[in-house]
Amino acid sequence: MLRTMAAIVAGKTARLAARRRGGGGSAFPGLVAERVDPKILAKTLSRLPDGIVVVSGTNGKTTTTRMLAAIIAAHGKKVFTNPTGSNFTRGVISSMLTEVPLSGRLNADIAVLELDEGHALQFAKVVAPTYALLLNVARDQLDRFAEIDTTAKLLATLASQTTRCIVLNRDDPFVARIALSVETDDVRYFGTDPLAADRVPSLHEADVRFEDDFTPPQPTPRDGLLHPHDSRSFSVRFGEQILGDVTLQQRGLAAMINATAAVTMAKAVLGGDFHKGIAAAALREVTPPFGRGEVIDANGAPLELVLVKNPAGFTVALDTYGDEPVTTMIAINDDYADGQDVSWLYDVSFESLRANGVALTSGVRAYDMALRLDYDDVAVDTIELDLDAALERLLTAYAGRPTRIFCTYTAMMALRRTLAARFDLPDFGEDGA
Amino acid sequence: MTSKGTITLVHLYPREMSIYGDLGNTRCLAARIRRHGYDCVVHDHHPGMPFPETAHLLLGGGGQDSGQSRVEEDLLAIGDRLRGLAADGTPMLMICGMYQMFGHTFLTHEGVEVDGLGILDVTTRGQSTRMIGGVVLDTEFGPVVGFENHSGATVLSPGQRPFGTVRVGHGNDGVSGTEGARTHHVIGSYLHGPLLPANPAVTDALIAPAVELATGRPFEPEDTDDRLADEARTRQIARLLAT
Repeated sequence: MLRTMAAIVAGKTARLAARRRGGGGSAFPGLVAERVDPKILAKTLSRLPDGIVVVSGTNGKTTTTRMLAAIIAAHGKKVFTNPTGSNFTRGVISSMLTEVPLSGRLNADIAVLELDEGHALQFAKVVAPTYALLLNVARDQLDRFAEIDTTAKLLATLASQTTRCIVLNRDDPFVARIALSVETDDVRYFGTDPLAADRVPSLHEADVRFEDDFTPPQPTPRDGLLHPHDSRSFSVRFGEQILGDVTLQQRGLAAMINATAAVTMAKAVLGGDFHKGIAAAALREVTPPFGRGEVIDANGAPLELVLVKNPAGFTVALDTYGDEPVTTMIAINDDYADGQDVSWLYDVSFESLRANGVALTSGVRAYDMALRLDYDDVAVDTIELDLDAALERLLTAYAGRPTRIFCTYTAMMALRRTLAARFDLPDFGEDGA
Repeated sequence: MTSKGTITLVHLYPREMSIYGDLGNTRCLAARIRRHGYDCVVHDHHPGMPFPETAHLLLGGGGQDSGQSRVEEDLLAIGDRLRGLAADGTPMLMICGMYQMFGHTFLTHEGVEVDGLGILDVTTRGQSTRMIGGVVLDTEFGPVVGFENHSGATVLSPGQRPFGTVRVGHGNDGVSGTEGARTHHVIGSYLHGPLLPANPAVTDALIAPAVELATGRPFEPEDTDDRLADEARTRQIARLLAT
């Protein structure tokens, strides 16, 4: 008890100090608190009456966590979440430090936590999740996790340590197959309705680990199935029940799939208390997380920031936006958090940008991106390695026009910082990555 | 421009052995063949399918262990054909996992020995640590840049030519200073990037013998605008040499 209190004091102090320095790095206070009391996370979270929901997978963690927390909160529950994309254990502790009193008793009913797939096991070692929502396994930063198969195994282990209920993506063969290796009775699925399958492009990696294809069981009324209507509106079917139409503030198929995952998990958590009207209303209100489809008002013209991390994510983003007559910039960095190997750009087809071309490529690998576009016969007007200079050019040479920036993680963070200063946007935290 | 001939490009196991941008080599070759004024047909070869009658240029990529074990049987079934094509001077580019399978044997980290095709005089041993990072090579095609990510350490037999010598990175095994292997027109390498888009000299070195096989005439290249590739390559090489 004393140790926990000491850890919280140390963490809070570190947080204040970091704030005063004006530095980012939301994981630092968590690191300090964890040093003082390695069990702080377990002690604090295990007291929550409705348990702990973890959200993991390669793409869509931040958006889905945000949606799920909003739906549960709209049902009157007090939700603790890690909303800044701090998805390593220290990031979670850091978020906790802002809310926890010295007693270590979080004023919350339930925790909804985004967990980095590489660090999910470290987390589960400390606290067993009550619920796990597993989104997808895509090629992402292979220099970090080495192989997709390894990521799939990590998620399977996380699922096997989950005590009450697991929600799996039935369209992702790596994730759906996890059903075979868990012991809990309550396994649910989300996905696209087989009835609407022809309207959904194939987004998932081929799982070639097994001779036989794993087919998820027939959907039950506990499984949420997506029906996309247009680029922003959709409904989710649970057996005979239909939730929606819902129009999201964020566009695109990826956001709809995330919303489907979130409502399926919310239904599992809330049981008989789940109301589809409340869930739909909550989803309508959810704003996109920073840089993930966020629209910024740039002197009266919309500027959209779209984070791209891997082939699946970039493909979905281009599928959503690609052929719109919008001024496009692509910013590619190759830091650790971006993935140091930019080969993945060749697993994405850029043909949808051909008609309108690309105004600018930027970032450390601006020339590699321009070269990639050249092989798809997409014209590039300007190559400007410096992100701020590229942004300046985008805002002046193309002033008044709708613009869109596809960017990797560190490029997004840098651009978002400049945009925040320029257009007086709210501040935001940084990943523990 | 009328076509100067048709080149058939065979991509081996694009489903199982194409984990990280390997498709980029195929896309790049097909685009560049067309820019040189030739037609290009891309044929995807999957396990169990009959191997195509015509093959002027072969490509293979990297896979995960699961992918590698899926293609082993098929590779042995078409092995004689591949060895014949290699001996006849068919250009081939085999990256990472397929590079290993083109050697004699691959001894996994768990101690299982897998037979390769023996087209390249190399053997590979799986290790517990991965060799990951940017690579700069000196090759007979000039400086080459790429990215490696492999746990197999490959050893060249005496007399086996490497693809290049390492200036930055680990290369075949982290100690020999060599990267990849080259026999006839077959190149094996660990370089992702993908290798070809930023290194057009290597691309043209593969296209030239393929053109000769397909048309019976020497390669007649067009003037290509390689400024973007040259910028991307030289900038990345300068960055890697500076670290």
